[in-house]
Amino acid sequence: MTDTALSFNDIVVRYGATTAVDGATASLPMGAMTAIVGPNGAGKSTLLKASLGIVPMAAGTAQFFGQPLDAARARVAYMPQRASVDWDFPIRVIDVVLMGMQRTLGLLRPIGRANRAFAFECLERVGLTEFATRQIGALSGGQQQRVFLARALAQKAELYLLDEPFAGVDAKTEAAIVTVLRDLRDAGAAVVAVHHDLATVPQWFDRVLLLNRHVIASGPVAQAFTPALLQQTYGGALPPVLAA
Amino acid sequence: MGADFVTLSLVPLLIAVLAAVACALPGNFLLLRRQAMMGDMMAHSVLPGLIVGFLLTGQVSGWVMFAGAGAAALVSALMVEAITKLARVDPGAAMGMTFTTMFASGVLLLELSGASGVHLDVEHALYGNLESLIWLDGTGWASLTDPVALAGLPPEFGQLALVAMVLAVLLLVFWRWLVMASFDAGHAAVLGLPVGVISLGIVVATAVASVAAFTAVGSILTIAMLICPPAAARLLTNRLGVQVWLSLGFAAISAILGYVAAGYGPIWLGLSGAVSAAGMIAVVSGLLVAGAALFGPHRRAS
Repeated sequence: MTDTALSFNDIVVRYGATTAVDGATASLPMGAMTAIVGPNGAGKSTLLKASLGIVPMAAGTAQFFGQPLDAARARVAYMPQRASVDWDFPIRVIDVVLMGMQRTLGLLRPIGRANRAFAFECLERVGLTEFATRQIGALSGGQQQRVFLARALAQKAELYLLDEPFAGVDAKTEAAIVTVLRDLRDAGAAVVAVHHDLATVPQWFDRVLLLNRHVIASGPVAQAFTPALLQQTYGGALPPVLAA
Repeated sequence: MGADFVTLSLVPLLIAVLAAVACALPGNFLLLRRQAMMGDMMAHSVLPGLIVGFLLTGQVSGWVMFAGAGAAALVSALMVEAITKLARVDPGAAMGMTFTTMFASGVLLLELSGASGVHLDVEHALYGNLESLIWLDGTGWASLTDPVALAGLPPEFGQLALVAMVLAVLLLVFWRWLVMASFDAGHAAVLGLPVGVISLGIVVATAVASVAAFTAVGSILTIAMLICPPAAARLLTNRLGVQVWLSLGFAAISAILGYVAAGYGPIWLGLSGAVSAAGMIAVVSGLLVAGAALFGPHRRAS
């Protein structure tokens, strides 16, 4: 249970002259749901993307289960921000879910009945089976977010990295996503989500990583999610809901 | 249709179809990745390379010109990279600057070198020379089985057939990678797909198709065939596989209808002579897009 799923080791990311992440170090355990929180521009998404090799790191390393990413890709699922893709793309819901199985399917192996059945199972877990053959653009924002989650589930990973999974979704989607993520955690997986709604952190997450270009604190909610540390993370911009 | 058709029309028609198909294949992915401007760029930028190839060998067609055009495509791709980084403009603007400069320098080269007057002049750069790609050894349908006559086919035919075939095979083999990297590059990269190589591969495929098509059909038809058939197909389906097949069908239909209309249209209208086949093919492909936009089921709601 206390095995490390993901560790950031002094990660630095620069966009031109801007330093987006400035020496982030933290270690996130298996069997827990961790929220990465911090103000806008704190480098939350960037930290995830850099550790996954999507944006280049200026310095530092990320380790997955104590190994570099290349040795652990099969165990890592990534769910990008919904706004990062073109939902007008001519593809059906089920085909997006099948993308999660790329590592088993490879380039040319035909998609078999078992693959399709498993993709449906993943859709069922997010409550979208009836939309399987719809074009992705025909879905609501919350449904699109759940398609992304189903694609991540199809990878059968042990570490799930989610970028703003609750951004702009309806209450039904919110509940569905939380249920699925808790099931994953209870099965021993690690869930790490970039999150911006401070009010729901204690309710949904076990641990929190406070980030403002560097790590302010990382630990169980009871220890790290304190007014003093939040004040330090957000400076004067602390949302009123927690300022009290 | 008799011997005249085989000698005068069969090969230009087939070359037009092959050029259209070769361009439509990578065009589907340019469209999805919102890189349609890339087609514009490639189809214009190859001109100076073609002329340098011609000046070196004195031949209007052949592999040296192909190589020259390929080199020009590469140079223009590097120029876009450099302008984007150094001048801090978006890639579309960088492409706009690059291809106009490349094409203009090609025009200047043409005028200064005395290359114009052969089959290389500004008009041919724009419209190609489809009508002149006749098959003198093709004296009837029987020539299709005569190895000696087949050896006399214009070299553009072989080049385009090879390019279309290779691009089709690559598209089939790398289909899943192309789709995943085009839809969600970040997710594909985390799964271990070489997204940078895939993007580069699409650019190279576009360059190769443009170069092969350019010598035969000119820049206007090359641009039209890269974008119009996929755009029309996109409006008729929400399945990518169906879109690609439809785009190939539209490419072939444009080529055939356009070629026939260019040859016979003026006569039907009571005029004399024929109009540019490449121009007419491009017009037909544009009309197909208009038709799909007006009557297709998947036109954008907003």
